Amino acid sequence: MDYVIILALQICSAVASLVLISLGLAVIFGMMRVINLAHGEFLMLGGYAAITAFNKGVNLWLAMLVVAPLTVGLFGVVVERLVIRHLYGRLIDTMLATWGLSLAMIGFVTVVFGNTVSGISAPLGSLTIGAYRTGAYEVFLIFVALVLLAAGWSVLRYTRLGLIARGTMQNAGMAAALGVSPSLVYAVTFGIGAALSGLVGGLLAPLSGVVPTIGAAYIAKAFITVISGGAAILSGTAIASGLLGTINTAATFAFTPVIGEVALLIAAVILLRILPQGITGRFFRRAL
Amino acid sequence: MSFSRRRLLTTTAAGLGAASAGPFFIRDLRAEDFIKVAGIHDTSGGLDIYGKQMVATMDLAVNEINAAGGLLGKKIKLINYDPQSNIQFYTQYATEAATKEKVAVVHGGITSASREAIRPLLKRFNTLYFYNTPYEGGVCDRNIFCTGSTPAQTVEKLVPYVMKKWGKKVYTIAADYNYGQITAKWVKKYTQDNGGEVVQTDFFPLDVTDFGPTIKKIQAAKPDLVMSALVGAAHISFYRQWAAAGMNKQIPLASTTFGNEVVITSPEEHNGIIVAFAYLEGIDTPVNKAFVETIHGKYGIPHMTELATMTYHGVHLWADAVKKANSIDRMKVIGALEAGASYSGPAGKTTIDAKTHHTVLDVYIGEAKDKKFNVLESFSQQAPADTAAVCDLKKNPNDNKQYVIDVKT
Repeated sequence: MDYVIILALQICSAVASLVLISLGLAVIFGMMRVINLAHGEFLMLGGYAAITAFNKGVNLWLAMLVVAPLTVGLFGVVVERLVIRHLYGRLIDTMLATWGLSLAMIGFVTVVFGNTVSGISAPLGSLTIGAYRTGAYEVFLIFVALVLLAAGWSVLRYTRLGLIARGTMQNAGMAAALGVSPSLVYAVTFGIGAALSGLVGGLLAPLSGVVPTIGAAYIAKAFITVISGGAAILSGTAIASGLLGTINTAATFAFTPVIGEVALLIAAVILLRILPQGITGRFFRRAL
Repeated sequence: MSFSRRRLLTTTAAGLGAASAGPFFIRDLRAEDFIKVAGIHDTSGGLDIYGKQMVATMDLAVNEINAAGGLLGKKIKLINYDPQSNIQFYTQYATEAATKEKVAVVHGGITSASREAIRPLLKRFNTLYFYNTPYEGGVCDRNIFCTGSTPAQTVEKLVPYVMKKWGKKVYTIAADYNYGQITAKWVKKYTQDNGGEVVQTDFFPLDVTDFGPTIKKIQAAKPDLVMSALVGAAHISFYRQWAAAGMNKQIPLASTTFGNEVVITSPEEHNGIIVAFAYLEGIDTPVNKAFVETIHGKYGIPHMTELATMTYHGVHLWADAVKKANSIDRMKVIGALEAGASYSGPAGKTTIDAKTHHTVLDVYIGEAKDKKFNVLESFSQQAPADTAAVCDLKKNPNDNKQYVIDVKT
């Protein structure tokens, strides 16, 4: 029985980790159609922001939940103003620009912090479930993923801000005609996407440590999840994470971690072959 | 004697030529006062934590030899190359060291891939090569000397030690490339030889950072101990997640690779992990204490590993052989090294094994404790039995390959 619980918990944890690493990208790519190849580096920057703040004496929770998203969010706004705003609607060009940005960020962080691993210990200790133990922090991350999804959905569904954002993404010209400034909306949305990435980067730092090149470990999975999810950014990301995370964990338990990764990729390939527009391109089309 | 204009021109030209050639001749003569030695170590990129300390110990060894009067009446000039953790630069710099600088010996290479990139090249250019990193074993080539330990030397001692301490059921986790694969086989062999059982072996690509499922799998398998041959920056996450789940208090860990990780992880995360290497900082000898003090103080390296210390031994082994051969000629130096060359230093006694060009060395079992390793037990003069099973350079001096050692389990 306890084994079943721990297995279920592990699946939730894998799903949550996919949700978390994809969320910032879902906003930037899913809403704004900017192929942000520097997404992994946004996460990396969040990790460094959290660890640096923590080492400077800031409370760990403050460092992860406030300093990391603020730093990366501001950085995102600056990047949007300087680079991205010139490239809206030019998919390939945003790809090149953000790829260059990612290389520059890796280089810059390497120069400042050195190409070595830094890290902090995970807080909260451990949980005992029957004969098994798991890190309480992993459970906390599942909770964070749920909160972020719920908050994102509420903002988009119930607030004026969400309505304006959705309207601008659908038809910027019409939104402008109704008195909304699209460039402001774009900048804020990009900043929020970056801040989400920064938050997650900070939250993941205690588990994975940070190194300037850690972004490479996240970027592929984030893109696979968002693209498999399809047009509805929140429900799409959540459903795709649920599917791919479950397959990955099940295969890891049944076989080996390598097979787990392979299973995830094969599942994504099959999914996109059957549903080229992603899951929400066919089902739940009116979801958010 | 008539002085034609043409004659004047030629003599002046010749004179000018001689004058301008002068400094070049002199510079060449001065270059002969040095014996050039090359070090190729990654001091930037992902491997820099190892490369930097290897450069430091090599510099220390060369300074010591020069302070004691140099070699054959000449000073050693150390040329350091930084291949930036990039294999392509390895071949470029090895070629430059061998052809442009015509160095007497090359020390270097960290990963097996970098070694296999430059080993054939240096053999072709008849340049002696020292590889000072612990690796999976099996290289058989008369032009190379491998001073680091191989699995048969360390795993053979580590496995029975931890099995006696903790129990017979072993769960192995290893990096998914040749080092991890081969080491996992040795772990299995020695576990079985000692009457135990490897319940499961899991391999991880080098970029995996999420070990959650594996930590639960290990709990389900209920082993007496976990043997780790994880490698690199991403895999450090395992030790963090293991401790975060509280598992470090339930199932003990042993490792063939946990070395410099002790600097990056916290004491709560690494205390109690048992390792085996040919060198540990905690070796309690006066010579090692002085060595560690110099490296920490003068070079600012926080923690020393086998790689750096064996680089230090390697340079001294080569220098002693040059003195004995009274020449830097490659074949004469190889001859002197094969005649049982031996050096006693911070890692204990290291002796060249003529048959395999590997070393007979002291192996230390240590326990991680508060960012250091304490030595629990030492085994003197362990032979490189794994490579010796496939390689005999006395019988086949022209052998030139890395054998994949077939581990019978």
